[in-house]
Amino acid sequence: MTDETPPEENVDVDEKREALLISFSEILGEDLVESHLRANEDLWLRIRSESWQDSTRAVQSAGFEYFGFLSAIDWEIAPEGRYEDTEFDGGLDEEDDEPVEIDSSTGYAGGESRFQILAQFYSLSQQVGVILKTDVGEDMTIDTIRDIFPGADWHERETYEMFGISFRGHPTLQPLYLPTEFEGHPLRKDFPLLARQVKPWPGVVDIEEIPEHLEAQLEAEVMAAFEANGGAS
Amino acid sequence: MTATSDREQMAYISSQAADARVNVELDTGDMTLNIGPQHPATHGTLRIACQLDGEQVIRAEPMMGYMHRGYEKLCEVRTYPQCTTLINRIDWLGSFANEVPFILAAERLMEVEAPPRAQWIRTILFELSRVANLALFLGDMGVQIGALTPVFFAFRDRERVLNQIEEVTGGRFHPNFDRIGGLKDDIPKGWIEETRSVMVKMRTFCDEMEDLLVGNEIFQARCRGVGVIPPEVALGYGLSGANLRASGVDWDLRRDANPGLAWDQIEWRVWTHPDGDSFARYWVRLQETREATHMVDQLLDGIPSGPIMAKVPRIIKVPAGEAYVSTENPLGEMGYYVVSKGDLGPFRVKIRTPSFNNISIVPWVMKGVYVPDVITILGSLYFILGDIDR
Repeated sequence: MTDETPPEENVDVDEKREALLISFSEILGEDLVESHLRANEDLWLRIRSESWQDSTRAVQSAGFEYFGFLSAIDWEIAPEGRYEDTEFDGGLDEEDDEPVEIDSSTGYAGGESRFQILAQFYSLSQQVGVILKTDVGEDMTIDTIRDIFPGADWHERETYEMFGISFRGHPTLQPLYLPTEFEGHPLRKDFPLLARQVKPWPGVVDIEEIPEHLEAQLEAEVMAAFEANGGAS
Repeated sequence: MTATSDREQMAYISSQAADARVNVELDTGDMTLNIGPQHPATHGTLRIACQLDGEQVIRAEPMMGYMHRGYEKLCEVRTYPQCTTLINRIDWLGSFANEVPFILAAERLMEVEAPPRAQWIRTILFELSRVANLALFLGDMGVQIGALTPVFFAFRDRERVLNQIEEVTGGRFHPNFDRIGGLKDDIPKGWIEETRSVMVKMRTFCDEMEDLLVGNEIFQARCRGVGVIPPEVALGYGLSGANLRASGVDWDLRRDANPGLAWDQIEWRVWTHPDGDSFARYWVRLQETREATHMVDQLLDGIPSGPIMAKVPRIIKVPAGEAYVSTENPLGEMGYYVVSKGDLGPFRVKIRTPSFNNISIVPWVMKGVYVPDVITILGSLYFILGDIDR
């Protein structure tokens, strides 16, 4: 509340997360593959997939008793979808070839597989959250954590139907949202978004370039409004 | 009465009792009762398949997906400013509050910060959508137990708040007003005074609800001790918001993990209740609504002057990175995990909605309750279907 000034707090949070990282590397030992820290924002830990269950349990006993969410990321670049229909993506300006040749990086704390599991936990005593990641191997299977955090039950079911990742030890791994006869895993990047293929996306006009002769004028208008507002109540 | 007729009477009673015994010994079997998809308690189309033993629920399994719109996939093919249009439609009763965490996540990746005036107006609109959202709950909870009057009061008074939101944003339900780097527009002239009078009216509404429901004997009988959730279970399921605070957990993201809005500049308190039952959930929300009106009052007093938009490029490209920002929405913790690859649109958005976690406790909490309590528990957990199905 009011008695805390922001700068003090920032320094404090930073130290908190660094101390947390050190304690986690002690607790998890070999199981912690890589970590990433964004000061005052979040802490990412990548866990060996074999020890996913044990590490989650260790994180829980370290005081992270609040279950935020569990999901997955597909790091493959979509063969369809975003880059296929939006010519603007490709030709907006010179540097725009870059997204197509795309960095095949796999986010914070790295990763070696196409799919990654992602989960967030929060500690109420320390008021800090942690994001756990793990690679999913070729067999597309990972241990369930629903026995540790019961809330993970539905999140795992959702991940199962959306990404096709199955969870070892989950008793009711049935579709949550999709009809039973649905085929495919919609959130995989290679799952085509049919709506975009049937008709062109009208939203691309939104990212149209401003004609050059208007650019200076627009800039001036924006600046004028900016100044005018600066004096307003 | 003679002794004979006494004997006759006894014989009659024992024969009846024997009949009853036979009935008990008969295998009655379980019955499956479908609550929903269209039921007033479901705020949309949620189906709960209840397996009953007599009047008691043995197993309750919510079935969702009637309204799944695939927003996570759709966000991947849109630009950042276009995503807010979708995000408005997740929790449609408090839509402005939905936009804020997503915009904050994008701002965090861009390392842009909205000017103070924008942050204050954001906070005001955020709290206004909380009042509008919870006001409906306060009335609607009455309907679940058969009291029809409160909901009319709720619809009447919520409209005043929606009018204030509409006056600023132009939309009652889907404002689409938050922008990366600030807000679309400033507040109109005279709005502050109007809002202040609306807040006074909303406090009266809260008092009315307190008189009508909280002190009501029937309401208490139906809600006290029903659907008790202990704090450790609530945490394991990831319950958030008033549902968690009603279990006695003193945790509010506005106070404990404020992502930069003006909540730390005003005086307010977090309400908790130790009981964890349906009544506690109602009571906490009632106090929160009242608290929110006081917060709006304070915020209106202190709006700083200055611009409402930071300098951001017209074509917004968000640098590569990942960010998770969550805020305390009317329903609970609403968070967006945004993965960017330096593109016009997000690479992946995971939407962590409060209702999804809040309702995942249903199979646990419904075990052993009686059929009429199913409705009060559902009502008191308070979810919005769009928030579950996304």
